Amino acid sequence: MIHSLFLINCSGDIFLEKHWKSVVSQSVCDYFFEAQEKAADVENVPPVISTPHHYLISIYRDKLFFVSVIQTEVPPLFVIEFLHRVADTFQDYFGECSEAAIKDNVVIVYELLEEMLDNGFPLATESNILKELIKPPTILRSVVNSITGSSNVGDTLPTGQLSNIPWRRAGVKYTNNEAYFDVVEEIDAIIDKSGSTVFAEIQGVIDACIKLSGMPDLSLSFMNPRLLDDVSFHPCIRFKRWESERVLSFIPPDGNFRLISYRVSSQNLVAIPVYVKHCISFKENSACGRFDITIGPKQNMGKTIEGITVTVHMPKVVLNMNLTPTQGSYTFDPVTKKVLTWDVGKITPQKLPSLKGLVNLQSGAPKPEENPSLNIQFKIQQLAISGLKVNRLDMYGEKYKPFKGVKYVTKAGKFQVRT
Amino acid sequence: MSSNSFAYSEQSGGGEATELGQEATSTISPSGAFGLFSSDLKKNEDLKQMLESSKDSAKLDAMKRIVGMMAKGKNASELFPAVVKNVASKNIEIKKLVYVYLVRHAEEQQDLALLSISTFQRALKDPNQLIRASALRVLSSIRVPIIVPIMMLAIKEAAADLSPYVRKNAAHAIQKLYSLDPEQKEMLIEVIENFLKIKAQLVAGSVVMAFEEVCPDRIDLIHKNYRKLCNLLVDVEEWGQVVIIHMLTRYARTQFVSPWTEDEGLENNEKNFYESDDEEKEKTDKRKKPYVMDPDHRLLIRNTKPLLQSRNAAVVMAVAQLFWHISPKSEAGIISKSLVRLLRSNREVQYIVLQNIATMSIQRKGMFEPYLKSFYVRSTDPTMIKTLKLEILTNLANEANISTLLREFQTYVKSQDKQFAAATIQAIGRCATNISEVTDTCLNGLVCLLSNRDEIVVAESVVVIKKLLQMQPAQHGEIIKHMAKLLDSITVPVARASILWLIGENCERVPKIAPDVLRKMAKSFTSEDDLVKLQILNLGAKLYLTNSRQTKLLTQYILNLGKYDQNYDIRDRTRFIRQLIVPNERSGALSKYAKKIFLAQKPAPLLESPFKDRDHFQLGTLSHTLNTKATGYLELSNWPEVAPDPSVRNVEVIELAKEWTPAGKTKKETPSKKFYSESEEEGSSSDSNSDSESGEQSEEGNSSDDSSEDSSSESGSGSESEVENQRTAKKNSKNKRKSDSEDGEKEHEKSKTSESSNAESSSVEESSSDSETESESDSASESRKVTKEKEKTRQDRNPVPKDVSLLDLDDFNLVSTPVALPMPALRPSLIADLEGLNLSASSAVINVSTPVFVPMKTHVMLHRMSGKGLAAHYYFPRQPCIFGDKMVSVQVTLNNTTDRKIENIHIGEKKLPTGMQMHVFNPIESLEPEGSITVSMGIDFCDSTQTASFQLCTKDDCFNVSIQPPVGELLLPVAMSEKDFKKEQGMLTGMNETSTIIIAAPQNFTPPVILQKIVNVANVGVVPSGQDNIHRFAAKTVHSGSLMLVTVELKEGSTAQLIINTEKTVIGSVLLRELKPVLSQG
Repeated sequence: MIHSLFLINCSGDIFLEKHWKSVVSQSVCDYFFEAQEKAADVENVPPVISTPHHYLISIYRDKLFFVSVIQTEVPPLFVIEFLHRVADTFQDYFGECSEAAIKDNVVIVYELLEEMLDNGFPLATESNILKELIKPPTILRSVVNSITGSSNVGDTLPTGQLSNIPWRRAGVKYTNNEAYFDVVEEIDAIIDKSGSTVFAEIQGVIDACIKLSGMPDLSLSFMNPRLLDDVSFHPCIRFKRWESERVLSFIPPDGNFRLISYRVSSQNLVAIPVYVKHCISFKENSACGRFDITIGPKQNMGKTIEGITVTVHMPKVVLNMNLTPTQGSYTFDPVTKKVLTWDVGKITPQKLPSLKGLVNLQSGAPKPEENPSLNIQFKIQQLAISGLKVNRLDMYGEKYKPFKGVKYVTKAGKFQVRT
Repeated sequence: MSSNSFAYSEQSGGGEATELGQEATSTISPSGAFGLFSSDLKKNEDLKQMLESSKDSAKLDAMKRIVGMMAKGKNASELFPAVVKNVASKNIEIKKLVYVYLVRHAEEQQDLALLSISTFQRALKDPNQLIRASALRVLSSIRVPIIVPIMMLAIKEAAADLSPYVRKNAAHAIQKLYSLDPEQKEMLIEVIENFLKIKAQLVAGSVVMAFEEVCPDRIDLIHKNYRKLCNLLVDVEEWGQVVIIHMLTRYARTQFVSPWTEDEGLENNEKNFYESDDEEKEKTDKRKKPYVMDPDHRLLIRNTKPLLQSRNAAVVMAVAQLFWHISPKSEAGIISKSLVRLLRSNREVQYIVLQNIATMSIQRKGMFEPYLKSFYVRSTDPTMIKTLKLEILTNLANEANISTLLREFQTYVKSQDKQFAAATIQAIGRCATNISEVTDTCLNGLVCLLSNRDEIVVAESVVVIKKLLQMQPAQHGEIIKHMAKLLDSITVPVARASILWLIGENCERVPKIAPDVLRKMAKSFTSEDDLVKLQILNLGAKLYLTNSRQTKLLTQYILNLGKYDQNYDIRDRTRFIRQLIVPNERSGALSKYAKKIFLAQKPAPLLESPFKDRDHFQLGTLSHTLNTKATGYLELSNWPEVAPDPSVRNVEVIELAKEWTPAGKTKKETPSKKFYSESEEEGSSSDSNSDSESGEQSEEGNSSDDSSEDSSSESGSGSESEVENQRTAKKNSKNKRKSDSEDGEKEHEKSKTSESSNAESSSVEESSSDSETESESDSASESRKVTKEKEKTRQDRNPVPKDVSLLDLDDFNLVSTPVALPMPALRPSLIADLEGLNLSASSAVINVSTPVFVPMKTHVMLHRMSGKGLAAHYYFPRQPCIFGDKMVSVQVTLNNTTDRKIENIHIGEKKLPTGMQMHVFNPIESLEPEGSITVSMGIDFCDSTQTASFQLCTKDDCFNVSIQPPVGELLLPVAMSEKDFKKEQGMLTGMNETSTIIIAAPQNFTPPVILQKIVNVANVGVVPSGQDNIHRFAAKTVHSGSLMLVTVELKEGSTAQLIINTEKTVIGSVLLRELKPVLSQG
């Protein structure tokens, strides 16, 4: 299926290549560069490109292009999903998926790619399995390795590959047994000019960090499972239990993983925690405009809204911006992308944060037709905006008492205010 | 060259220098690797020494550096001999890296690679499965043709290995060997066959992958393993799932008959059946049998369904395409939710999923309609995602949602991304042609866009307007005049050409302007683009023919200019036109018809989706994405006419019970066995293993000799049919099949309902008449109709052919209002929708805004019991009605809960209070069993809560139904500022104000709760409030447009005051009454 993989950085250098079948020359990437040039923006490079002899399927992650070479028909999502899994694995191993990290750990990268794909077909992609086959690099281990000459390649097959629970490694031992769950909800919304909601939806995930010895069998139940409209599961979850009892029952992988992601049923009214008052205007036939936005809290359930950032892609004719924030700091990139970023911080209801000032426009150019839309980021701790609540977590199969914890966070997802 | 590389290598250490040295060596001669070694490459010599050292750490270091070189794409092949020696290293990490090296370079150094083979052969016998597996992996990856026999042997051995991990590697090795030496195909197929027999979740995916690559056409290998694969599917790892699902989709398309009911065929069959006698019946029976789903087909659909919940987008897509391609159409709806979920993923996944949704949404609109808003575009989306979303929105546009969509498009048109804005204009054009109600509105909106500042937008609008005008060449003289004026300013050639063409085509409608335009163009002819020149020539020719008095000279001038143009196309066209229109002695017979030739009625262009032609590719494939056939694409075959023998999938009973039958179902399997053998005797009905009750019944309808008595009992409950069973042998088999039908839920539910319906119906007679009608419509035969005519006329007083249902209403003079008002050319509400396209900012106080919340609460209009299986529900979508601005739009969902088609559903007699008006939906020709359809109506309730009563008619029946609007639905939300609110409120005091005090627990008085409660009851807009304790809502009544202001003021303690200000005091007080209990309850 997947013939070769090329990793390309932003400036167009191919800094890593790996072939699973016979070698494909680097020149095949020229077609990719061509498409990249045509697209102007990295976001617009088509993920699937057809060349005379090959097909190129690529993803863009963390300023890197993962370009895979395909020769025959294959579901494109299969390749895309796999490439993202590769990037996830790098992230998991090296803490970041960057050119520097990959170059520094090129041997491990090679070993990983060798294990993840055989003849172009995925072999082992579960992080628990991979970590047993190839140990992730740590400072301590590299010191030990250099002294003792031992390796970071495991010499036995992880038992998970053979059992019915391929996602969990065997023989896990912890002195402190802990299970943490993060319920993270994101609000996707489009707010129109007048402040009414065009579209709003809550998307959530439950990320787990499980450090439990042995083979624990967990079941997690909710106070209000009916809220979850559409759910996708980690393979460890028993689908039948969920169908019949609405209980998440599973033997967890060891470490960090995403347990479920869900969408809250669209019938529920989504509470929008912030409002924005805006007044952006460009004057006809003059080289300046006004810019004035204020953010305030709304329906925040008594919690503080923090980590607010406002990002605005200003029209091309904007030359510079001269603004004063009442709170936080702002940056404007006048040269390339024309992006205004305002780092607001926390909202205190007594004094609403605002950003006011003048916009300098290119003289002579027609004024922009549409006001730019505002992209807003925020965070509310200790609150799941949908009202989802974990009821209890039970553990079977092991004798010890684990320490359990649940954390709720609400964030802005794709939150856009049209102005 | 060599001295150069020497020079570089002298500065030892620097990584860059090494690389350059490397490159230099490789350019000299790759074959003379040995020679180069003896010559001086210090760096590589260095590595070589390290590899030969006795210390593992040195070797490891060397190997790591070599891997680094490989990663960069540098040639490291000259180190091959040194590396290959280490293949037997005890250190597992060195060994691994050597393996990596070998796989990459063995092809180039085949002879040397053979040195390592014996090591692998030894490793294949290693007690550690990991070592066995990796040895096999490398052995099969080194691509040296000489070792093909060794590979073959190794694969065969590994296929029987105890470790599934090794077996998985063996399955991969099959494909490698096949690509190395396709001659081995036969042997490999044998291996695959053996592989398929073993049940192991780890290996299944890889084996099927090998099958797909080596022998995708050997579908016969799958038969025996089909059920096993289906049952194993959930436990297979995710990548394997994708491959298996794709393979099974192809399999199902060759082995089962189509579950998509083809109406004509079925109807035909039945007609023959009832009309004529047995000889004919036999013939038709052979040709077409009523559809009954094969249980194996059902098994596949059922077992893949949970995988829609997978975290892996590829799996979800694979299941979605399976449902799309092989499940009954009524069941495919469940995939839309999952696909929409994938849209939250990264842009690459979005891109592929949106493409597939675009293809689906053309064919089955209804599937994605509920998720319309998920396709709204964000300004931060990449352009390719934006255009795809727009495409889907356009596909989903219908009468009910068009006003919302146009409002949304309005925002897009103003986008900074001009390419996207242009695409939006195209989309508006497509909506305009598809939905005739909004054509005029769209046209007006587009005309407004002509004064846009951006040239691309204007040009695109011109092109789209041209297409629209061409479609309805009515009286659009004004627009044409407007566009003629644009010629002075616009510079985009396509737009100019379009305007000229339009003027030429309509030159008789704008007799004064056209010659003037020609004059201007004649002036600028030489500086125009070729495209424009051609159109100037066309315009000249057309004017010459219609108005030669004024334009003769002008045209001749232009023709002279064209004669000497640089472009040969233009010279050619000029010659052609001159011969055709200017009469001279040589001009032939054709010139007589010149006018007919030039001013012929031209067919309007079709504005179609670019995704229209993609549906012949299997969804989710690379070929579908690229819209060309990719190498190795396997065509999805059409459904077979007659299903191949299903018994090939039978596995011996013992294995069956053990291997794939879930515990507890064993009992059910045994009769199925019997059934199969029995059906073999019967021959023709062998595959009629019924799964759904509906299929069962229709089959029975076929086989039983149309005695009404028989059919009446059929519709009965299980117990009834049991009695029946003893009568005929055929019935016996049917009953078994019933017990055989595994997929319980649905069927049980259905049988339950039919039971209860029997129980509920008070008289036996009624139930029998029920079934009579059933069989009757089943037949749809003329003769039956005749015999039943009397009865029918008694039953329904309106037995009309579907087309003239509206005319028939003239017979009833009860209604004073005219029916189905002719629609005004431009409906005001929609004009308002598109007004925003104009740049002039309108700042009216009362702006109808979008509803804050649309409750999904449906009201029953017609219960299926009283509607003889036809159920109707309605709800208020809270959209501005497209049928008239004084109407409230109502969405009616019709469900067919019977097992036959319901035909000609339409609105019959209306009994409306005076003043009330109603826009009915277009008659629905037919509604499939289990099908549902949503139609929209508009009712002008005259701002009262009076009931609108009317008749809902089908072909055979009429049901009296009524719609009573909740008061909250008679409103449209209004967006206004707090200041305006207070001002308006000040004017509506005294008599116009009603208020009440509410008492409730404090937790009910939090802002979101109040908002939720109020918008749930009434369609009001939220007015931003400066005070925390006062909540304001504003709306206007639909009919009269009077303001309706709602204020909730929280007081001390747990009380609140609810105030309503409105001119319409009656509605105001009704609303107050409705809101009060809602707000005060917990």
